[in-house]
Amino acid sequence: MMKFLPLVWAGLKRKKLRTVLTFLSIFIAFMLFAFLGALKAALSSGVSMAGLDRLIVRHKVSLIQTLPQSYKARIQGIAGVAAVCHQTWFGGIYQDPKNFFPNMPVEPVEFCAMFPEFVLNDAAKTAWLNTRTGAVVGRATAKRFQWKLGERIPLHAPIWGEPIGQSQWEFEIVGIFDGAKKATDTSQLFFRYDYFEEARQRDKGQVGWFTVRIANPDAAAKIAAAIDQEFANSPYETKTEPEGAFAQGFAQQIGDIGSIVMAVVGAVFFTILLVAGNTMIQSVRERTEELGVLKAIGFSNMLVLLLVLIESCCIATLGGCSGLGVAWLIIASGNPIPSLLPVFILPTQTLVSGAVLAVALGLVAGALPAWQAMRLRIAEALRRGA
Amino acid sequence: MSAPAQPLVSIRDVTRTFTRGSENVHVLTGIELLVNDGEFLALMGPSGSGKSTLLNLIGGLDRPTAGSVAIGEERVDKLSDRQLAAWRARHIGFVFQFYNLLPALNAERNVELPLLLTGLNKAARRRHVAAAFEAVGLTHRAKHFPRTLSGGEQQRVGIARAIVTDPTLLLCDEPTGDLDRKSGDEILSLLQSLNREHGKTIIMVTHDPHASARASRTVYLDKGQLSTTPTT
Repeated sequence: MMKFLPLVWAGLKRKKLRTVLTFLSIFIAFMLFAFLGALKAALSSGVSMAGLDRLIVRHKVSLIQTLPQSYKARIQGIAGVAAVCHQTWFGGIYQDPKNFFPNMPVEPVEFCAMFPEFVLNDAAKTAWLNTRTGAVVGRATAKRFQWKLGERIPLHAPIWGEPIGQSQWEFEIVGIFDGAKKATDTSQLFFRYDYFEEARQRDKGQVGWFTVRIANPDAAAKIAAAIDQEFANSPYETKTEPEGAFAQGFAQQIGDIGSIVMAVVGAVFFTILLVAGNTMIQSVRERTEELGVLKAIGFSNMLVLLLVLIESCCIATLGGCSGLGVAWLIIASGNPIPSLLPVFILPTQTLVSGAVLAVALGLVAGALPAWQAMRLRIAEALRRGA
Repeated sequence: MSAPAQPLVSIRDVTRTFTRGSENVHVLTGIELLVNDGEFLALMGPSGSGKSTLLNLIGGLDRPTAGSVAIGEERVDKLSDRQLAAWRARHIGFVFQFYNLLPALNAERNVELPLLLTGLNKAARRRHVAAAFEAVGLTHRAKHFPRTLSGGEQQRVGIARAIVTDPTLLLCDEPTGDLDRKSGDEILSLLQSLNREHGKTIIMVTHDPHASARASRTVYLDKGQLSTTPTT
């Protein structure tokens, strides 16, 4: 088939401007596809990285309602529960509200055991245990603010006010953690709960939510029901759900990302299909005589069909893969809005499905003109040319 | 030396009828024609007389409504579309009135086209293309694109494309119809030389008596009927 490629290339070169414009429309569409894929991945990273063996226990009414820290011991006592740790939304602001990143007080030992996806070296763990105001920060945020180990970071916390006896919350960076996977969120900062508990002025003994590791993921529903039952009819009733569902609910606060992305991508690709299909139909119609000549000199109907399909696939694949490639380069060069998107990566799955989509676009756009070219009667084609 | 007497083309009682709306148009009726191997036949007739239709039937571009078309031992009218395409690639070289070169390919690539259907490798294809260009005297223009060639040169490229696979039969549809007299004469001389020196069997459709004079035999077609003398 390789020997026919110059013929395919000649078909594409025939109307250079039209080919370039079609290429560009496909290029832009696939760039958009890649960026939407990255956006979807960013907003659903919590879901994809959620542990199957982890449950989240929060206040039944809302996530912003706190729970007593004493619940930890009671949860630990429920059958099937392997470990429990808690987190609390701190909402600390570094210098300016636009410098947003999540920050939370945690219990270091339990926390590190619960979340192995946050990779912290032993020296950092030890330093964290030895430093009361110590904090560990994810690589993305450390890089964003160029924080180094040992640096002291002041945070302003509108939710909690100033710490007792101090003018501001101040933490020493004792460790920088990486993600175990590419999609792990490394935008967060964690500091010690005991320091937070001692220094905060209100709601002492209260925490935001609990993360529970269960021994058997298949028993998740049963254990979740048991936890909620434990606290039923109390002033702090709970809602327990798998970590994935919790993250999904969190992401869907701004809408069903998957559906929005699918709707945008669907509309774009339908338009591009019309553009590419129209280009190929025009191209074949203009070449009626040439196709007649090819058939006259012995090109079979099937070969002519294949040549038109290959031509269509070439422009779709070149445009599509170039769009995906450029998007990949841009995305790989850094997160443009780290305050909004904790991770910004182009998932391999998006790249692969983009490439498959590009070939499919070529096949669908080229199907009708290829069929017309195949059915073309030679004598009629030559007569039309004359 | 007498011409070989073995018929290469045998057309027996061929009829071609087209349907236009509810009307049947009889373009060819009861055509009988034998063309010997090595012959240069001119097929003359006024516009609409069915010359090109007959040429299309001989070249396997169309099928007769009735009758038989045989080239050598092959009943062309019995072949499937796929078989016809393969048969055309092996046995027929077409020369068109308007050259019909692919504008996006240079002359060399245009001539190479029929060879893409063979099993020849690139080097062998190149050799065949060079030989074809030499035969038509256009080696120095091989890299040029059709738009930069004169009409006569384009037709030479067209002839090179037609002969590059060394076909059994060369079918020329008004090969000088779009050329001035001088260029037309050159093309006719070239066809004559291919016939005389290389033994190519040629059937040429023309309405130009000057062109038909170069052929070894002329037959006339008018209102779908064939005769050996022109109708008045």
